[in-house]
Amino acid sequence: MDEVKIIEIKKSIFADNDEDAALLRKELKQKGVYLLNLMSSPGSGKTTTLTRVINLLKDRIRIAVMEADIDSDVDAVKILQETGIASIQLHTGGMCHLDAEMTRQGLMGLDLDGVDLVILENVGNLVCPAEFDTGAVSNMMILSVPEGHDKPLKYPLMFSVCDLVVINKIDVLPYFDFDMDQCREYVLMRNPKARVLPICAKTGEGVEALAEELLSRVKAWKEE
Amino acid sequence: MHELGIVFYIIRDVKKVAEENQVAHVSKVVMEIGEVSTIVPDYLTDCWRWAADKEDLLRGAELECRIIPAVSFCGDCQQEFGTVEHGKICPHCGSGNTWLLHGNEVEIKEIEV
Ligand SMILES: Nc1nc2c(ncn2[C@@H]2O[C@H](COP(=O)(O)OP(=O)(O)OP(=O)(O)O)[C@@H](O)[C@H]2O)c(=O)[nH]1
Ligand SMILES: [Mg+2]
Ligand SMILES: [Zn+2]
Repeated sequence: MDEVKIIEIKKSIFADNDEDAALLRKELKQKGVYLLNLMSSPGSGKTTTLTRVINLLKDRIRIAVMEADIDSDVDAVKILQETGIASIQLHTGGMCHLDAEMTRQGLMGLDLDGVDLVILENVGNLVCPAEFDTGAVSNMMILSVPEGHDKPLKYPLMFSVCDLVVINKIDVLPYFDFDMDQCREYVLMRNPKARVLPICAKTGEGVEALAEELLSRVKAWKEE
Repeated sequence: MHELGIVFYIIRDVKKVAEENQVAHVSKVVMEIGEVSTIVPDYLTDCWRWAADKEDLLRGAELECRIIPAVSFCGDCQQEFGTVEHGKICPHCGSGNTWLLHGNEVEIKEIEV
């Protein structure tokens, strides 16, 4: 009979990624490139919001976009058509999230010269992307009104890693029993430092405040 | 399909360890999975079967998932309680100032070769 040997490993499968992410964050800091990781459920309005924000900021800072999708390029095409900003499409090859290594490869496909802000539209999903640090300086998420105000209770990890929570589609508030105050409370329960900003990406309401918030974060970080 | 992604990470890590230890075939991989880690062990073993059998190193290897119960700690009364049963609110004193001690793990514990 063959002898069975046991090799003890005792290592989190997230450990390598956490290291890669920390290294990427350091490199980006040296280049002065602020990486923002944008997460949400499918269809909550990431691409629409990005389009608006970019149009408000593109004359003030240089922005680049990376769109992560399981297998399509409609978002990248839409960003280019509506903002004139080049974006690249990352295909995750069936994976439900991006990790730091995939993010690094995506960044290599962008011309980062003079770029101040790179926005990464992560795969639409509230579970997996939260577990993988992409190397971003900060994580932003979009929760749309039809999804309900109790999402922070159901997806605790996602809300604890995001320090900017945008509540989108406030135009449909009259048709849903979405409680904004309650939602704010739940978000702060998960992350007391989170900022909550209600917007309507469709009409542009509240988007200016969001753009200003991002701009001031990028500036503050560059001066750190 | 979260679990399939996780399986690819497990395979990558196991391959690395096997190489370092000059192992030609792995017969079993033991995982420690936290009760609130978002991993469904049944899906994980299904994905494992599919992906592991594509690798010479891992063909036929069993994936065992040991579940680690989720336990939270209350910062106000300094007591522990079961996270799944009580959630965020401490059952001893009613405080919400609580955090997870363990139960979030997705770890490769050991391999049998
Ligand atoms: N009523 C309303 N609809 C909106 C708003 N913002 C976006 N939408 C609509 O919601 C749908 C999804 O918007 P997208 O911007 O494509 O959402 P996304 O999060 O990028 O979607 P995926 O990339 O597929 O996950 C589109 O039909 C938008 O027109 C809003 O503020 N109000
Ligand atoms: Mg999109
Ligand atoms: Zn207590």
